[in-house]
Amino acid sequence: MRLILSILAIAALASVPLWLSDPYLLNALITTGIFVIGAMSLNLLLGFTGQLSLGHIAFFGIGAYVSALTSLGFDVGLPFGIRIVHEPWSPLAGFVMAVLVSALCGYLVGRLSFRVRGAYFVIVTISFAEVVRLVALNWVELTQGPLALTNIPPMSVGLPGLGEFIFRTKLHNYYLVLGVAVACYLLIARLVRSHVGRAMRGLMENETLAVSIGIDVTKTLTLAAVVSAGICGAAGSLYAHYIKIIDPEVFAFINTVTMVIMVVAGGKGSLAGPVVGGLIFGLMPVALRPVMAPEAQWIAYGAALIVILFIMPRGIVPALTQWMPRLRRVRRPSFSKRGIEESA
Amino acid sequence: MSELLQHLVNTLVLGGTYALLGIGLTLIFGIMNVVNFTHGILYTFGAYVMFIVVQKFGLNFFVALPLSVAAGWLLGALVELTLLRPLRGSDIDTTMLVMIGAWIAMQSATLWVWGGVAKSVPTPFPDAPLSIGPVSVSWLRLFVLAAAAALIVLTYVLINRTRLGSAMRATFQDHDTAALMGVNVDLIYTSTFALGSSLAAAAGALLGPVYVVYPAMGDLAAVKAFAIVILGGLGNITGAVIGGFILALAEELGAGYISSGYRDAMGFVIIIAVLIFRPTGLFPRAERVG
Repeated sequence: MRLILSILAIAALASVPLWLSDPYLLNALITTGIFVIGAMSLNLLLGFTGQLSLGHIAFFGIGAYVSALTSLGFDVGLPFGIRIVHEPWSPLAGFVMAVLVSALCGYLVGRLSFRVRGAYFVIVTISFAEVVRLVALNWVELTQGPLALTNIPPMSVGLPGLGEFIFRTKLHNYYLVLGVAVACYLLIARLVRSHVGRAMRGLMENETLAVSIGIDVTKTLTLAAVVSAGICGAAGSLYAHYIKIIDPEVFAFINTVTMVIMVVAGGKGSLAGPVVGGLIFGLMPVALRPVMAPEAQWIAYGAALIVILFIMPRGIVPALTQWMPRLRRVRRPSFSKRGIEESA
Repeated sequence: MSELLQHLVNTLVLGGTYALLGIGLTLIFGIMNVVNFTHGILYTFGAYVMFIVVQKFGLNFFVALPLSVAAGWLLGALVELTLLRPLRGSDIDTTMLVMIGAWIAMQSATLWVWGGVAKSVPTPFPDAPLSIGPVSVSWLRLFVLAAAAALIVLTYVLINRTRLGSAMRATFQDHDTAALMGVNVDLIYTSTFALGSSLAAAAGALLGPVYVVYPAMGDLAAVKAFAIVILGGLGNITGAVIGGFILALAEELGAGYISSGYRDAMGFVIIIAVLIFRPTGLFPRAERVG
């Protein structure tokens, strides 16, 4: 039943460009899709390990910058007379580098900041993102600072025997984002249902108890941070090659908040949550644009976050599955059947 | 040498207002366990009230200052009553997210109502700075330092010498026991949040005329306040004062000797370093407020 639902949802999303030709809406869908990937990666930390990272946009921005710089090339001087000159590589190599570098940053940040919990963890992650933003703003030789990196080439994939395929149009990018999103969804689903995923949930429910039964806290949390940062870096890379211009504003705190709202509204700890929340909040500006000034839209955004937390603290998807007995009935038996099989 | 002296004088002026910001946040954080993301907005709000009262209503600068502190108190009480009181007992992440929502809504409202153009507040002080040897400091900044020092002392007396203050300290230690002893805990929470907010508004009202007033001015102020609180230790007022001056010193020296582009990075670097190497703050004394 859930499999059928998922396939239907993917088919519905894949069919969108067939009946929707408005480029403005398609553009909104693509950027929303990119942010949904970011929100899914945040959900892995927030929903499955319970760590609220408010610096998640740092990984997105690092992915965007790494991918752009790899495909544009750079020539930068370091202290002690060292110069690094990098010739442009293909955008696909940029994508891979973005994932790797973001994941590495996730590892380092995770190792350092998982020493603290709760409010302190939140503040460390915010600070990390802001420091990265200030470096992007001030290291002009590498990042062009506020002048932005421009002329970023579109994503391209070399197909054996078919030559180079370039994702030039909005339609191409739509399917690219959809494909990456589905792949990330499957990866996260696989991870949270694995042994490690159960360890993560255990840590979230009761850290002391989890430690007492031999779960390695740092290792588990760092793994979640690495995967999460890598996926977020992939989203950043897609963003850079789609928008084709990157400036330090990509690190703005409001972008992290957007991802957090998507996760919290959709339902943290639910795989479909960030997708549902992301589509609602990503497309909300499009729906509000004719009726509201941009500042008023942000007021509505903030107010919507508060209202959702007050009436549905667990998010839309868990609330829906609770209200719809049909869906719940379908989910429960599959769970208990496995339990019976295991005990038998 | 004279350059260093000038930096130290600037540190003193900046540190005073930073300390005000930090005390407000450390009280709220320490007593209510709320990560107050609206702190920066209250700072902005204080500066705008100052601008409106002085520029639009043409009232005296020295009348505007207490007015903006009072307005900060009222807005803080309003936020506490409408958003935090219903959430009492829910987990810290939910409260934090609600405060983020409030922050976005309030900041966008500031932008909507007053526009994005930076405003400057006229002051009654002479333009010519006071010069003592190689060091010069404007009269306005001297007044800011004096006013900040007075407010810090007032807050200290309020917390340590009054009934309300002892009720606050009791609530921080153990709110259940405090409630059993007849302390009206709800009232204490509201007054703590209002007091912290009014101090943020005061900091904004004092620094607004020194720089310019614009809607996003509170964002950095809020992060700096977090840095100060973390430096000084949770709920530690003396720690917040010292933390305010340390942050101001780090910023002045960083801007003067490293690069002015990284001035605002100092606060974040301090946060990261302290939390990683000394997570309890430089002056850990978390068991009591005061």
